[in-house]
Amino acid sequence: MNVIQTDGLGQRYRQTWALRDCRLTVPAGHVAALVGHNGAGKTTLLRILAGVVTPTAGTATVLGYTPGSQQARDAVSAVDQTVPLYRHLRVRDQVAAARELNDQWDTDLAVQRLSSLNLMTSGKVGKLSGGQQAQLALTLALARRPRLLLLDEPLASLDPLARQEVLGWLMTCVAEDGLSVVFSSHVITELERVATYLVVLSQGQVQVAATVDSLLDSHLALTGPAADAGQLAGQVPVITAQRTGRQAQVLARTDTAPPGWAARPVTMEELVLGYLREPAARVLPPLEAAR
Amino acid sequence: MVTDKPDKIEDGVSPIAFYLDRGLGVPTYLQFVHQVDYALRLGFLRAGDQLPRIKDVTRSLAVNPDTVMKAYRELELRGIAAGRPGVGTFITQAPAVVGLKQMAALQKKLTTWLAEAAENGVDELGMKALFTAALRDFSGGGAASRLPGRAGARREGGAA
Repeated sequence: MNVIQTDGLGQRYRQTWALRDCRLTVPAGHVAALVGHNGAGKTTLLRILAGVVTPTAGTATVLGYTPGSQQARDAVSAVDQTVPLYRHLRVRDQVAAARELNDQWDTDLAVQRLSSLNLMTSGKVGKLSGGQQAQLALTLALARRPRLLLLDEPLASLDPLARQEVLGWLMTCVAEDGLSVVFSSHVITELERVATYLVVLSQGQVQVAATVDSLLDSHLALTGPAADAGQLAGQVPVITAQRTGRQAQVLARTDTAPPGWAARPVTMEELVLGYLREPAARVLPPLEAAR
Repeated sequence: MVTDKPDKIEDGVSPIAFYLDRGLGVPTYLQFVHQVDYALRLGFLRAGDQLPRIKDVTRSLAVNPDTVMKAYRELELRGIAAGRPGVGTFITQAPAVVGLKQMAALQKKLTTWLAEAAENGVDELGMKALFTAALRDFSGGGAASRLPGRAGARREGGAA
């Protein structure tokens, strides 16, 4: 089953297409990282999937349901940069309200988590720091016991230690409950250990969508003479090439090194940066079939 | 089946904990495999010991559970560990470790080589580059490095 499936998905704001002809499949059981330049369409995509925005064109399903439908709302939790909380409520009342609003609710999870963060207080939600609000929103989102969690940079306001702790907690939920997660992030170093699926958006379109393992297995970082870099493109698919004097560093989509080139496995960071530099390069689902 | 061990540690607790080295560029799962391997060589882990539980690693290092499972699968493939459903993953068999005496002899040879390299004006970085290059050639080069697990196994075998 696919947790996310979109076809021809498009979103236009006045004259500009924030998302255009977007075809994306994310299989279940993954932690999928959504990466792209500012304005690439990440937030728009997540909003459509969360059912907050109705797309201008095309179709999207989450867990097989239409975003925003009752079934989808029951099974999907979303937290974005704006952090959806009632700022004038006391924290206790905010938690109580969330319990009332949701059919499915894990009180133990919410209370334990908030107590351990010293957030279970009668202070106003609006008085909490940005990081604390993010923690609260995330706890409420997970207490709904969703099957899919959509996160739009909600960790951006957390200090490094809290960020690490929250990610650890999220990964535990993934391990224990089989939760699927789609999260947008600019912190590429985090992706390698957290994400198992990578989606790169570029100019409103899906540029890369594949499992991290299949991507790492199908790319090599090549180092060789700059003079040969031109010919290399005829031998293997070159994603990006950077020349420095006599040497060239190339990211290529191949599993064997061409003669005369030194090869080493790529890191996630190199892969993501390589594709971000080259918006025209594509890795789309056919690659997936190999999995 | 493992019976009581004299120095048995508390149930469900592993004698070792994993760490992450971000500067290495080595895939996370392989880092874990290497850490188990080193712990075995240094005696921190023995047959019957439990490896860190997936959910503990996941929580403390914020890594995807798949990454830990992949590491444990690799260890199972190498015949070092085995999973017991619902309990955890345990060391079944420590790999044949080269004797201390032999290790010392090998290190001595290497020191001789290092001295020779230094005499020829090769500095530390140069030595590392030479050693790494030789090791890569020895373990099959280019194509083999695409299979980090197996290449790693062979590499360690070669080094010992």
